[in-house]
Amino acid sequence: MQTMDFDKAFQRTKAKRYFMDQAIVYVLFLCAFVLLFILFSILTHLVINGVSSINVNFFIHLPKPVGEVGGGMANAITGTLTLLFLAVLFGVPIGLAAGIYLNEYADYRFAQVVRFTIDVMNGIPSIVFGIFAYVICVLPMKTFSVLSGGFALGIMMIPMVTRTTEQFVRMVPNQLREAGLALGAPKWRVIVDIVLPSSIGGIMTGIMVALARVAGETAPLLFTAFGNRFWNHNLMQPIAALPLQIFSYAISPFEDWHRQAWAGAIVLIVVIFSINLLANYFMNRRHRFLNGQ
Amino acid sequence: MRKDTSDLVFKYFLAVFPCLILLLVAGILYQLVSSSGLSIHKFGFKFLSNRTWDPVAEDFGALPFIFGTCVTSFLALLMAIPIGVGSAIYLAEYAPAKVSKVISIFVDLLAAIPSVIYGLWGIFVLVPLMRTHVQPFLGKYLGFLPFFQGPNYGVGFLSASIILAIIIVPFIISISREVILAIPSVYKESSYALGATRWETIQLIILSHAQAGIFGAIILALGRAIGETMAVTMIIGNNPSITSSLFSPGYTLASVVANEFSEATSKTYLSALIEMGLVLFVVSIVVNALARLLIWSVTTRESVTV
Amino acid sequence: MQYQVPEPKRTASRILKQEEVESKVLIQVKDLNFYYGTRLALKNVSMDIPACGVVALIGPSGCGKSTLLRTFNRMNDLIAKTKVEGEILIDGVNIYDKDTDVVSLRRQVGMVFQKSTPFPKTIYDNIAYGLRLIGVKDKHILESVVEKCLRRAALWEEVKDSLHRSALSLSGGQQQRLCIARALAVNPKILLMDEPCSALDPIATSRIEELMEDLKKEYTILIVTHNMQQAARVSDKTAFIMQGELVEFNITSNFFTNPSNKLTEDYITGRFG
Repeated sequence: MQTMDFDKAFQRTKAKRYFMDQAIVYVLFLCAFVLLFILFSILTHLVINGVSSINVNFFIHLPKPVGEVGGGMANAITGTLTLLFLAVLFGVPIGLAAGIYLNEYADYRFAQVVRFTIDVMNGIPSIVFGIFAYVICVLPMKTFSVLSGGFALGIMMIPMVTRTTEQFVRMVPNQLREAGLALGAPKWRVIVDIVLPSSIGGIMTGIMVALARVAGETAPLLFTAFGNRFWNHNLMQPIAALPLQIFSYAISPFEDWHRQAWAGAIVLIVVIFSINLLANYFMNRRHRFLNGQ
Repeated sequence: MRKDTSDLVFKYFLAVFPCLILLLVAGILYQLVSSSGLSIHKFGFKFLSNRTWDPVAEDFGALPFIFGTCVTSFLALLMAIPIGVGSAIYLAEYAPAKVSKVISIFVDLLAAIPSVIYGLWGIFVLVPLMRTHVQPFLGKYLGFLPFFQGPNYGVGFLSASIILAIIIVPFIISISREVILAIPSVYKESSYALGATRWETIQLIILSHAQAGIFGAIILALGRAIGETMAVTMIIGNNPSITSSLFSPGYTLASVVANEFSEATSKTYLSALIEMGLVLFVVSIVVNALARLLIWSVTTRESVTV
Repeated sequence: MQYQVPEPKRTASRILKQEEVESKVLIQVKDLNFYYGTRLALKNVSMDIPACGVVALIGPSGCGKSTLLRTFNRMNDLIAKTKVEGEILIDGVNIYDKDTDVVSLRRQVGMVFQKSTPFPKTIYDNIAYGLRLIGVKDKHILESVVEKCLRRAALWEEVKDSLHRSALSLSGGQQQRLCIARALAVNPKILLMDEPCSALDPIATSRIEELMEDLKKEYTILIVTHNMQQAARVSDKTAFIMQGELVEFNITSNFFTNPSNKLTEDYITGRFG
């Protein structure tokens, strides 16, 4: 009988099938484990190698000349913060306005073209933005500068900010817009007074995530901000940045500089993780806000 | 009655910005082309097939760098795909919710680490490990293959590929996981209802439904790998060579730009380097456009069937 | 244009007499056609809506009742590829005239939506929003209007101590009454309600219905509802729409007890829909 055959077939293949099912769990778990192991290795090495060089001096002193032990990265830390500030100044307004336009006004085809461009732009290697900023800013001004570095990082932020802005503005229910219009508000007032406040938490999160991503970028700064061993308060002069400093110390032959590179890496990671935490904070606040607390 | 013009003003004001973005991308292309004009004019298409890189004689060819970029990206994908897709399946289908959440946080952390720190770790942890353990081991047991011959420098194609793999794995995981989770559970349930085991269900339903999406994720990761600069620059050895040995130092498109750009003394030298940037730009645009089209095609199809 | 309505009771006593309902025509719809793209969603709708009182629009889902409601404040303008033919006259002025200022039209015609739509602001700011739009800054005026509207919407007692809390913290029914109060603050003549109770529990629903009872003395209320009992409870006149056509528009008591159209009879007796 047919059913008997099926039962037999089932019994015959059962062991193999069940074994396969079990075995694959371990294989897949191993994949995930390898990843965790690498992350663990990176973090422990950071701590072991870098923590000994982290002290007050590291935060308030300039780098020492070759051969002298000690010194710090005060100028690189403030340099990174300056560059990030400029990047926000360049990137956020454009991304924000473009994101709002895409969702509120753009016709479908134009929006698709822009979205596609943004996605593609998101995948352009960061070093290409560096070359672009070099050609646009450094060559005409004839000097490496803070401005060109901030510009390079800023345009890198645009795709991410635009995308998240559009996404969160789209989540604002249409009825809320109509409710505003029904009170006799012009559309732009509805956007400014109602749509933006409803989505601001998500937008801030997007900005923070974009910021965290460019904070660690080195390649676009190599020939824009360039790096500087001293303090710089002039936007038209080269400036130090943490990733640049880590890079140049890491490939140097001096042991003390290696330790400093690890210490710099700890500070950079802390900066990036804090920006990410801030992103989480805005997201949580958004949830609390939407739940009316 | 009066029409409100403030709204039109606002609309056109905002419209400036998306146009600015389009202009920006067009501007990047224009600037790259015009700034590498000298090199394009002098070397033509031979630039891509010339294996010499001689700044003194001003003879520039991109072949060793294209070779390096291709080899490292390919190897990185080879390592990252099984680990990445495997982890994604584990996280989406097998891991208990809490474990999945914790691991996902760690994956996000990995993705947030800047590449210069991967490079730092590569120089001081990975390269010594490769030199003293991995390369001798591979040389001993697989040395009959041309890939695993030559002196053990530590730096080189293999180390760079490993770093690249580590960098792109988080991207593969997070996109693949999303794609897998987006499959409506009815499909899975219909497979379970036929008496399939978990793994059979995964093979049948998930991999077939998520195929295009995962493929898109992989191509996106390829784009990352091609453009990744700092970590590779720090451990590939920076020596333009075309060789079968993965132990040998090499060079990539992105890392030669990073290393030599600010030292480029002559105009031809600089424009040759910018042309490398142009090659990177074009390749990354093609790769990303392809990946986006794939992912879009999947997501729109899913949304129709759901 | 105001007239006395019997004290609101929950029984038949409040049903208006024929001549009272016909007292004064406020809105005239003349041969209205409405298209989504090429699809005709409203066909030759003509109706005269009297000032004050509640008019219910009912019909099977997708019949065009919401579309019709949204033509009165031109909310459909926001949807791409829609077209309107015919006229809607409010106080004798065609709102589909070329020169119509949509913004000022919408100040005359308030709207309440299916889901409550509190703005992400405080309760106070929600209600003051419409006034601030037209530049009212005087705190005393704002405060008095906020209080008046909240009282009018029967919400004042519940929120008077928490005016500066987020409007999102209110319950669903309270949010809906807040939206009504907000609509009242701009002093409209007409209130459009698009299934205002469909997301509410029975208690919150009955509070809104009581409120409508009260408001219809001063306002003309048009309500879309999928709930025939509700239409019977709250409205003075009822319009039945099917497949874009106005099948019957009649005094509510007649509508449900003695429909003049066979289709209406089938619908209210549940033979389809």
